[in-house]
Amino acid sequence: MQTPAPATPRSSPKVSPLYDPRIRGAAYQLLLLVVVGLLAWTAIDNAADNLRNARIASGFGFLGNTAGFDVNQSLIPFAAASSTYGAAFVVGLINTLMVAAIGIVLATILGFLVGIARLSENWIVARLAEIYIEVIRNIPLLLQLLFWYIAVLSALPSARDSYALPGSVFLNQRGLFLPRPLLAADAWALPLVLALGIAGAVAFRIHAGRVQRRTGRRLPVRRVAALLVLGLPLAVWGLLALLGLAPVTFELPVKGTFNLRGGLQLYPEFVALVLGLVIYTAAFIAEVVRAGIQAVSRGQREAARALGLQSGTTLRLVVIPQAMRVIVPPLTSQYLNLTKNSSLAVAVGYPDLVQIFMGTVLNQTGQAVEVVAITMAVYLTISLVTASVMNLYNRRVALVER
Amino acid sequence: MTASSGLLAQPFVRRDPVPAAPPPALVGGPVAWIRRNLFSSLTSTALTLAAVLLLALILPPLLRFLVFDAVWTGENRDACRPEVLGRPVGACWAFVANKINYFVYGSYPIEARWRADVFFALLAFGLAWMLWLDAPRRDLGAAYFFVVFPLASYALLAGVPALGLPAVPTSLWGGMLVTIVVSLVGIVVSLPFGVLLALGRRSRLPVVRLVCVIFIEFWRGVPLITVLFMANVMLPLFLPGDVTVDRLVRPLVGIALFSSAYMAEIVRGGLQAMPRGQFEGAMSLGLGPWLTMRLVILPQALRIVIPGIVNSYIALFKDTTLVSIVGIFDFIRTIESARVDPNWAAPTVSVTGYAFAALFYFLFCFGMSRYSRFVERRLSASHAR
Amino acid sequence: MTIIKAALALGLGLCLFGGAAQAQATLTGVKQKGYLACGSNPALAGFGVPDAQGRWTGLDVDFCRALAAAIFNDPTKVRFIPLSAKDRFTALQSGEVDILSRNSTWSMSRDTTLGLDFPAVNFYDGQGFMVKKKLGVTSAKQLDGASICTQQGTTTELNLADYFRANKLKYEVVAFASADETFKAYDSGRCDAFTTDASGLYSERLRATAPDDNVVLPEIISKEPLAPAVRQGDAQWADIVRWTHYAMLNAEEAGITQANVDQMKSSDNPDVKRILGTEGKYGEAIGLTSDWAYRIVKLVGNYGEVFERNVGQGSPLKIQRGLNALWSKGGLQYGPPIR
Repeated sequence: MQTPAPATPRSSPKVSPLYDPRIRGAAYQLLLLVVVGLLAWTAIDNAADNLRNARIASGFGFLGNTAGFDVNQSLIPFAAASSTYGAAFVVGLINTLMVAAIGIVLATILGFLVGIARLSENWIVARLAEIYIEVIRNIPLLLQLLFWYIAVLSALPSARDSYALPGSVFLNQRGLFLPRPLLAADAWALPLVLALGIAGAVAFRIHAGRVQRRTGRRLPVRRVAALLVLGLPLAVWGLLALLGLAPVTFELPVKGTFNLRGGLQLYPEFVALVLGLVIYTAAFIAEVVRAGIQAVSRGQREAARALGLQSGTTLRLVVIPQAMRVIVPPLTSQYLNLTKNSSLAVAVGYPDLVQIFMGTVLNQTGQAVEVVAITMAVYLTISLVTASVMNLYNRRVALVER
Repeated sequence: MTASSGLLAQPFVRRDPVPAAPPPALVGGPVAWIRRNLFSSLTSTALTLAAVLLLALILPPLLRFLVFDAVWTGENRDACRPEVLGRPVGACWAFVANKINYFVYGSYPIEARWRADVFFALLAFGLAWMLWLDAPRRDLGAAYFFVVFPLASYALLAGVPALGLPAVPTSLWGGMLVTIVVSLVGIVVSLPFGVLLALGRRSRLPVVRLVCVIFIEFWRGVPLITVLFMANVMLPLFLPGDVTVDRLVRPLVGIALFSSAYMAEIVRGGLQAMPRGQFEGAMSLGLGPWLTMRLVILPQALRIVIPGIVNSYIALFKDTTLVSIVGIFDFIRTIESARVDPNWAAPTVSVTGYAFAALFYFLFCFGMSRYSRFVERRLSASHAR
Repeated sequence: MTIIKAALALGLGLCLFGGAAQAQATLTGVKQKGYLACGSNPALAGFGVPDAQGRWTGLDVDFCRALAAAIFNDPTKVRFIPLSAKDRFTALQSGEVDILSRNSTWSMSRDTTLGLDFPAVNFYDGQGFMVKKKLGVTSAKQLDGASICTQQGTTTELNLADYFRANKLKYEVVAFASADETFKAYDSGRCDAFTTDASGLYSERLRATAPDDNVVLPEIISKEPLAPAVRQGDAQWADIVRWTHYAMLNAEEAGITQANVDQMKSSDNPDVKRILGTEGKYGEAIGLTSDWAYRIVKLVGNYGEVFERNVGQGSPLKIQRGLNALWSKGGLQYGPPIR
């Protein structure tokens, strides 16, 4: 028979503090903190000891020292005599960011095309896209980069017999040579006009959307936008030219003793790196896009068809906007992968951050700890910033859901 | 009833079946298939033509290079030089055949190469046991693969002079042997650490969670190449002055840390996919948190993530090529150093080397990705039940 | 707890592969290990290059063998660890190798800020250029506007910048991480010129698709004293390395060769007697035996023999002695007396 239990407060049972989950948790955490701290302290202490014993210089003062070496591809002026290791760092960083930016844009375009082709109703196109994806994804990027570099070098003619393309464009083993635009003092007008054109195009688009929603009438958005963005600057340029002003002149590449001189040179290392990164990443983006599109239910397509939308319009207005919700998170990680993979530049001799800073600067100064720490911090920052920007976008897109 | 049956005393009953009518031309048969899949619309037709044109541009030169113009046998560069042969020369497979031992073993001493062969055999055995889902005693298989096999391989490859196996310094290891060793160490180490990190990241204890999150996000945020550089130049500095680390071990440490972080995220995905009911069910059976994890959650979660693990192994396998940049003689590095051999200086030797490497990596990675898809299908089938 | 286990396992892993102690004197460590860990060039014909069977040859490699001969009386007790230009110094600093014998230039900053010592110069070199013959270039001064392949992390990269700046010439540098990539890029036409130490030019030229299509330009644009390097702070070890080289020089000067060293042992010449250890106990002062130099010459050879065999007339490189001739023959190699 049962007697009602005496009314002891349930919240404080008599158990040994050893078994109290809160105390245990605190103990675990304290232990972890102590161990992590100890590890970190030991590592730092050892490093300091070793550096002292080996009489290796330390500190970040080296960033102000004169570099003494040259870099061939630099967007900012860099000279061995006057520039510092700090400047070399900036050159490497800019080169990394440039490759990453160009690579991301091109890989996105190619990736979406291939991903859509992968789902095409056309059998041969779908199979081709599939083969592309499978082959590229299963071969290491490093190998592909080495291959593209060799392919670029061996497929092109030597510097003395360059291919001459129309418009003073030349192609040889040393890269692609384009006319270099030289901006005169009054050239500021052009970017200004361009910005105005873009702003106008955006405004018109919003206006057109409103008109369509109100009246159902569609305005020729694309034509007007093209006119504003491209036509306006061209018109202003023409006007200035008529007035006898030359805001932009072109420096053409001309033949020198060894190679073409002047002009804008795209180096083969850069081309091989961008080519390799884009082709590799696009295969992954294509899979992301395919998964995204397949996640949109069939009914959506069928409904769009029933409304009389054509297949291209269906894709653009119905499928892709919904697929984006699924696509964006993995797409973000592909962008990050591309940025991180750009560090393989070291294999083809493109002077990115890792090549210049972790390669040359580390060797010239011998300050491994500082150089490695700075480089890793840069990539970590890029990763975190990209991730948070993409998360913002992701949140915006996700809110559309009912 | 009877009246009507009388009325239809002799009803018509067909005795033999009507011959099947031919299908409409547009629904079946190769022509219709072609029409539907290749020429369904104007755009489709244009795409088909473009695709065929692309194939016509790519395939013939590729085949000519890889097969028809290729050189299969030869002893030195003369076999592959167009000016010697008097014809265009495609891939120089003779070069690969000549260097194949170097590509497989690196500079591993010839008299000890049987040890590497035994290692490959042990590996194949372990892999078969682990990957064949219906194999008997897969628990023993796991023990073999994660404990016995690593120890045996270390003894075999590095050598135990006490057992009559002379020591082979790691500086002599090379080629596919190193590629496989590096990727295996990555996977064997990263799995347990990945599980621990994933559990830590989902822990209730804020400090544990924080430490795990920082660890995971740090390694996932930096490129592998910087990790390898760090392992190469900084690891020796962080250890006491009288400890040195083998050149091969340094990138292994880097790769193990790096892949543990990625593995942790994969395992976390599996843990998150576990329905709450599993936890609650285990709790109602009186299991503590550790037992719940060990007996209920992890076995199921790890099963779900097998495809993820295989995919991460593919990624790891491809990433091991990066160790060549920090001076480890892996497969890529042996190709890089073989292609500058003056005895084999011929125009197509470099590309042949890369083509061979591409084939090797492709076969491995493609095979693994097919396997992972097979497991995925099987898992989803068993879930559907 | 994850981290604890990680640390434990890491520690365990390191113990498995754990290496030798470094805090003690290098010589004691080397004797304990039973072999000399020698950082060598991964592939530079004439200086350090393994063949397909993993047998190493070269001037720098033979220097390590001489050291092993002096210590163990066995020139095979060396383990060669191929190091790229990028990680050679960290390998030495971290104690992974006992000596770096890898055509490294002795410069003041390396001597002072990297924690290294360069006991003796075993090859006097200078930086030069190689170009394709068909360019028709005969002097480095004509390289205005050329693109030049070089290896990063070397003094070469710095000298190159200095030289072109001093001569007010324009150029485009293309730097690669490894010697293989650098030369292959030059060979496939990426650059007009290839620059490295002159000895390296002769050695790399052998690897060209068509060696005779390349010429080495006459200009030597820098001083490159190539020297073995050891860690700073172990004077005894530095002495051993320094005197190993001088013993080889003294042997050459006294006419002691690998072939006649046994006869020379009974020579009456006091110089020879002191070198070969039949008079005095000079080797014991640096922690070795008194017949240390005898072992070196007997097992490896004198400097001249090693030179000719690896880079001189007995090799495909065919480099002239030049600056590396003995001082008595107009060169810079001068071995202080053993006495």
